[in-house]
Amino acid sequence: MADQLLVSTRKGLFSARRKGMGRWALEGVFFLGDNVSLAMQDRRDGAWYAALDHGHFGAKLHQSKDRGATWEELGVPAYPTPPEGHVEKDFMGREIPWRLIRFWCLAPGLASQPGLLWAGTLPGGLFRSEDSGATWQLVDSLWHMPERRKWMGGGADAPGIHSVCVDPRDGNRVAIAVSSGGVWITEDGGATWSAHTKGMRADYAPPELVEAPESQDPHRLVQCPAAPDHWWVQHHNGIFRSTDDAMTWTEIKDVKPSVFGFPVVVHPKDPLTAWFVPAIKDEQRIPAEGKVVVNRTRDGGRSFETLHKGLPQAWAYDLVYRHALDLDETGERLAFGSTTGSVWISENQGDDWLTLAEHLPPVHAVLFV
Amino acid sequence: MPRVAFTQNLQRHVPCPPCEVAGATVRESLEAAFTLYPKLRGYVLDEHGALRFHMAIFVNGEAITDRLTLGDPVATAAEIYVMQALSGG
Repeated sequence: MADQLLVSTRKGLFSARRKGMGRWALEGVFFLGDNVSLAMQDRRDGAWYAALDHGHFGAKLHQSKDRGATWEELGVPAYPTPPEGHVEKDFMGREIPWRLIRFWCLAPGLASQPGLLWAGTLPGGLFRSEDSGATWQLVDSLWHMPERRKWMGGGADAPGIHSVCVDPRDGNRVAIAVSSGGVWITEDGGATWSAHTKGMRADYAPPELVEAPESQDPHRLVQCPAAPDHWWVQHHNGIFRSTDDAMTWTEIKDVKPSVFGFPVVVHPKDPLTAWFVPAIKDEQRIPAEGKVVVNRTRDGGRSFETLHKGLPQAWAYDLVYRHALDLDETGERLAFGSTTGSVWISENQGDDWLTLAEHLPPVHAVLFV
Repeated sequence: MPRVAFTQNLQRHVPCPPCEVAGATVRESLEAAFTLYPKLRGYVLDEHGALRFHMAIFVNGEAITDRLTLGDPVATAAEIYVMQALSGG
């Protein structure tokens, strides 16, 4: 089980450690004062990665091979130079820059693909590195795919790739999810892509575009490692599940207190068990009734338990972003962090929660390491 | 030779004390500075070589006009300041 948690925040990458049964404490911080978008651990070699968003100075990537004792700055993806005179606009007429704005997702390849990393970024470029992040190459096929031009911002001004799922059965099969722009899968290492959104719907789109792949706003996409035909999506419109390897999706309705939210995690061995952090959708984006809760299903979405023991149940307005809920590799320990700087940990699949922090900077992501 | 100085906030990420460089334009002067501090390039310029949106460059107290190709001329004794634009907050 993981005994350490990395918390990526607006003002640094904080580290917390388990101090005994049900006791966790913050113990250090890396990049204090800097905006850390997310962290990733490559379980093939143990290396940690931290993606920074300096604002003025751009997005950067750092790697640590000694669990944070020292960090080395790596290369960053570069978008291609647009054709002469080309000004790209989304379909609402807003300009999309061909410039790296932010890392939004990092994922390692399989054990059989040493050194291979994938990076999902804003404004919608997918990049791959063959040398553990030293250099990056744009996945041209996706960037130049005509449908990519129909993606638009969702949660940010520009579209972004926030989920990359490398199929545990075949490292050349990679799924990405885009806010806002659907779910796309390559079967050939990135040479070609096809949409996988059948069954999803986007209430917020014009009627004729409700089922269009590019209209879908999956907030987070996960694949069960032990049962990779099983997928979950927390969508802007609700919760969707696939049991046929993302060929079709089924909407899970009538989930209390809300089907809206950003993150989802699936149990590593049991594809029927998944967790969500519900919130009131769209205009408000706050927990229902000021109560922070986690929803858990153990039966593939037929029923949900609303877990709240140890979580604030009054006057709480914590919003949890798409990368700010994590599950350790055993499927026992959960952690989530909020935009108002709270972090909670559970050691029993969400039945009970303990408060790790209440006053951190806004939390972008949490990660067990 | 033009003298290039960088905002103190950059020093946290890339040590880059002021330097004297050979260059007739802002571009040439910065390129010369980047040979001294290679990591600095990505902090000041974007991947297309343009000045980052929230950065600013002043030559003898005047903001440069060409943020894209950095073609503003610099005199031999020019003082070039690379700063953060307040637009970034």
